[in-house]
Amino acid sequence: MKNTKINVTALILIAIALSAVYYKHEKLGLPLKPAEQSEVWTVEAKLRFKANGGPAKAKFYIPREPPGFIKLNEDFISSNYGLATEQDELNREALWAVRRAKGKQVLYYRMELTRDDNGSNRRTKPRPPYPPVPNYEEPLGSAIMAVLNEVRSHSADITSFTRELLLRLNTPQPDQNISLINKAGHGSVEWVRQLIQILAGARIPARIVYVLPLQDLVKHGTLVPWLEVHNDFEWVAFDPVSGRQGFRDDTLVWRTGDDPLATIDGGQPAEVDFSISRHALSQVSIAEQWARQTESRLMDFSLFALPVQTQNVYRIILMVPLGALVIVVLRNLVGLATFGTFMPVLIALAFRETSLLWGIIMFTMLVIVGLALRLYLEKLKLLLVPRLAAVLTIVIMMIALFSIISVQLDLERGLSVALFPVVILAMTIERMSIVMEENGSQEAFKLGSGSLIAAVAGYLVMTHEWLGHIIFVFPETLLIVLAITLILGRYTGYRLLELWRFRGLIREADKP
Amino acid sequence: MKLPWTRLRELGIVGMNQRNAEFIMPYNERRYYPLVDNKIITKQRAIEKHIPVPELYGHIELEHQAAHLPSLLAPYSEFVIKPANGSGGNGIMVIAGKTASGHFRRSNDNLVNLDEIKHHISNILSGMYSLGGETDSAIIEYRVKFDPCFENVSFKGVPDVRLIVFRGIPLFAMIRLPTRHSDGRANLHQGAVGVGIDMGSGRTNYGVMHSRPIKEHPDTGFPLAGIQIPEWDRILEMAATCYELAPLGYLGVDLVLDRDRGPMMLELNARPGLAIQIANGQGLEPILKYAQTLGTIPASAKRRVQIGKEIRHKFSREPA
Repeated sequence: MKNTKINVTALILIAIALSAVYYKHEKLGLPLKPAEQSEVWTVEAKLRFKANGGPAKAKFYIPREPPGFIKLNEDFISSNYGLATEQDELNREALWAVRRAKGKQVLYYRMELTRDDNGSNRRTKPRPPYPPVPNYEEPLGSAIMAVLNEVRSHSADITSFTRELLLRLNTPQPDQNISLINKAGHGSVEWVRQLIQILAGARIPARIVYVLPLQDLVKHGTLVPWLEVHNDFEWVAFDPVSGRQGFRDDTLVWRTGDDPLATIDGGQPAEVDFSISRHALSQVSIAEQWARQTESRLMDFSLFALPVQTQNVYRIILMVPLGALVIVVLRNLVGLATFGTFMPVLIALAFRETSLLWGIIMFTMLVIVGLALRLYLEKLKLLLVPRLAAVLTIVIMMIALFSIISVQLDLERGLSVALFPVVILAMTIERMSIVMEENGSQEAFKLGSGSLIAAVAGYLVMTHEWLGHIIFVFPETLLIVLAITLILGRYTGYRLLELWRFRGLIREADKP
Repeated sequence: MKLPWTRLRELGIVGMNQRNAEFIMPYNERRYYPLVDNKIITKQRAIEKHIPVPELYGHIELEHQAAHLPSLLAPYSEFVIKPANGSGGNGIMVIAGKTASGHFRRSNDNLVNLDEIKHHISNILSGMYSLGGETDSAIIEYRVKFDPCFENVSFKGVPDVRLIVFRGIPLFAMIRLPTRHSDGRANLHQGAVGVGIDMGSGRTNYGVMHSRPIKEHPDTGFPLAGIQIPEWDRILEMAATCYELAPLGYLGVDLVLDRDRGPMMLELNARPGLAIQIANGQGLEPILKYAQTLGTIPASAKRRVQIGKEIRHKFSREPA
């Protein structure tokens, strides 16, 4: 009776989902598999500023023929602003203007790029004059000259000179002269500016170039300074930290020169934020088709119509129902005991930030250390809420310590913990310690490892590439997830672990 | 060779999912849960129905009431402190006596002072042991002196009788005996021994510990089978009456046997566990399914006890 109703509902849901998927796949050609080869980057720059109330003008540098990339498409989203673009031989600028603007203003620039491995347009312009030798202050001047002389004797031309200089300045064991020069942090803008000054000491023309490192699912990217020197024929790029020649494959040259990235007339200085995402070429070309093909109503409701930043969030959020389904299966079909119902899903989300193995190590270590400290707090006889707050504070301090140690050990992973759900960790520690006290450490260990297993299973499902692709391109498949959840909601059979629990009864009954 | 789940199905074992979907959800209305979740309410309603319960010494609802603790506890050397909304036997502190130095002796022979008792109470009040983590109140009550009939088969702690009362009919019973392993707790998954009780006679039959059948108590070595529970019919009647104070169709009733005051109702449970099947070596399903088909249920608790015995007799297993 009730079950038939649920089964029919589930069937209808699945039918709707499958027909939508079929339609989108067959008629609109959306791929069922994530494309492997040509990838497309969507880069979105967001310009925010406060306007004073009168006329406002915003000038913003945008990439001009970035080396190594082909621009597929670009968009300016600027509501009531008038837009013009200008370019010179170096840079390109977007100029937004409006007669009246007051309060918070948001302007977007979005471009889609794909790598171009054949094109090698040399950067030759402009041909610079040789810079005069700057008047360095003493004792800096002598130090620079000493280093330059040494470098000169170890190099043959401008390219090898620059590389040698960078290697020397970046050496982990600097000598006296170099430590005198190295004041600014390696890789910072000031550092690159100083490099240009130093190169001027050898009369080598150099300039700063700002590049954007391309990484999938970045929400708040920033531009990174790069160094270019002119070798009489063309501009040669160098990584200011590693001294490697050329631009890396995953960096997008945004602009050349050192003027402010954005200038605002009639408003407060602007904040600029970059978000980046990557997808397969086929998907994007389709997304473009959608934008033009307005006949199909289905397309107006696609997630690709959202800003990239929001898209990235949805790529994660849409996977959460799958994580919840994993929990349903583990709890109601397997019978695994966990702390809290959906706490493992949250831990699994945290694993996204840290990678699986590292996440497990960190989770276990944090819980163990936290438990030890919590047991000590028990002796102090604190009230519940202050105790929870104390555990939370300890957890946060431990995470900070973790990051510091991992930097010392050159483990970059330790830095990605920032988003580890500290409150959830604190609650886990608190609950685990209560279970430990009440039901013994065995029970606490059982629940703790159950949670961890559920979190790992949730992580594996939620980060599955194909599932992620299907859910994002065909969000209606969530109806299938819903249908499965409904059906499982009426499952009254045994849980897997109950077979083990009641094994004694079977054995007794089987006795002759 | 049959698959294990087919075997379990044949034995009529009810799993967690089936219990929730087929017995708890249709028979236990959520609005009655507070009647069993809050032990103060349960106690009051039990007294109205003339069901004996451990005497209430004090009820602490606010932190500052703990200041009166010394005068409140002065007349008693034995008592139990527990959360009003606790679950699974958590947060219970049993005080078995006082020492000359003014310390309290816990049932596990640890000494505690008044401050530690106060801290325990404030933990209870802040909701550490309550079902939803909400603020709670603490109950101080009579400590049951257990009946000598269990002396040989329990290690510390208090053995209790658990009954499953379905639609007001007591249908299953077991006794839970604390062991050294369970640290004096009567909780089966913590290592207490569960012993099934024959509904008709009130005699113990099967013993089970950690899902394995056992014949003797692991700590005392005395046989578990054949113990006659005193006042068995009175116990069954009390359990049947509990349905009237909390109209939950699938109800767990926990009773204790006091040396002086006879059987007493300790607490009710809206989600009784499934271990009782292991202790009885028999599945709940056919019996509950049969009881589902019964038309009207008599209003008299005595009649319901009779029906329960008849049903169990009808489904009794062949003598092994």
